Amino acid sequence: MAKSKPRVKVPKSADKDEVITIKTLISHKMESGQRKDKEGNPIPRQIINKFTCEFNGKPVFSCDLEPAISANPYLEFSARVPESGVFTFTWVDDDGSVYSKESKIKVN
Amino acid sequence: MNITRRQALALGAGAAVVTMTALPRLSLADTDAVKAAIDAVAGGATPEVANVTLTAPEIAENGNTVPITVAIDSPMTDDDYVTDVTILAAGNPAPGVATFHFTPMSGSAEATTRMRLAKTQDVIAVAKTSTGKVYMDRKTVKVTIGGCGG
Repeated sequence: MAKSKPRVKVPKSADKDEVITIKTLISHKMESGQRKDKEGNPIPRQIINKFTCEFNGKPVFSCDLEPAISANPYLEFSARVPESGVFTFTWVDDDGSVYSKESKIKVN
Repeated sequence: MNITRRQALALGAGAAVVTMTALPRLSLADTDAVKAAIDAVAGGATPEVANVTLTAPEIAENGNTVPITVAIDSPMTDDDYVTDVTILAAGNPAPGVATFHFTPMSGSAEATTRMRLAKTQDVIAVAKTSTGKVYMDRKTVKVTIGGCGG
């Protein structure tokens, strides 16, 4: 499978203590473990099982994902921005891979 | 009494809508697995049906990607905020869908994602606050094409 590519949408700037909306998407097949191949053997589960978002090292939002989440998991949530800084996003795969992405924001 | 063709059509359509919405309500009792999952989140407390708004389409044509949004009415301050929200699908092979963990830094307790639904079923959101309150909401989603492989 092609390497999972994370995409994140964060505003470039915000007012102090403004609540912003963050949208994230990562390309991943999210194999549920329920499906069978042509010979009838179950296809092993492989999903993104955890997502976290931190701002300047402090936790903002995280999510435990189950196989019932669609392929290419999309997450939209909000965050309060007390100061300029960096959002760090991480996705953890069942196979142990960790994908991450950073996004800067400036407080006016 | 004279009924025009237009009125007759409107009546027929109205009756069809009533029967369609009334029928699926009959067979929606929670299975043991779903009850256990709700208990696991609620920690024995009975969730109050309030403050949680679960938004999902009434009819999902494709069970592979069903958009859902959960929003909880909460001040989201350091003393009183929503800690966890668990989404459950009552009719999937496994009821768990996702658990969102919020912090006061989240600003508002709201999240959107896309989920798989195997068949027509209830989607349930159970929310827990830092003050120990447990709230829930549920919504029936009709699924035209199931989304759990097979």
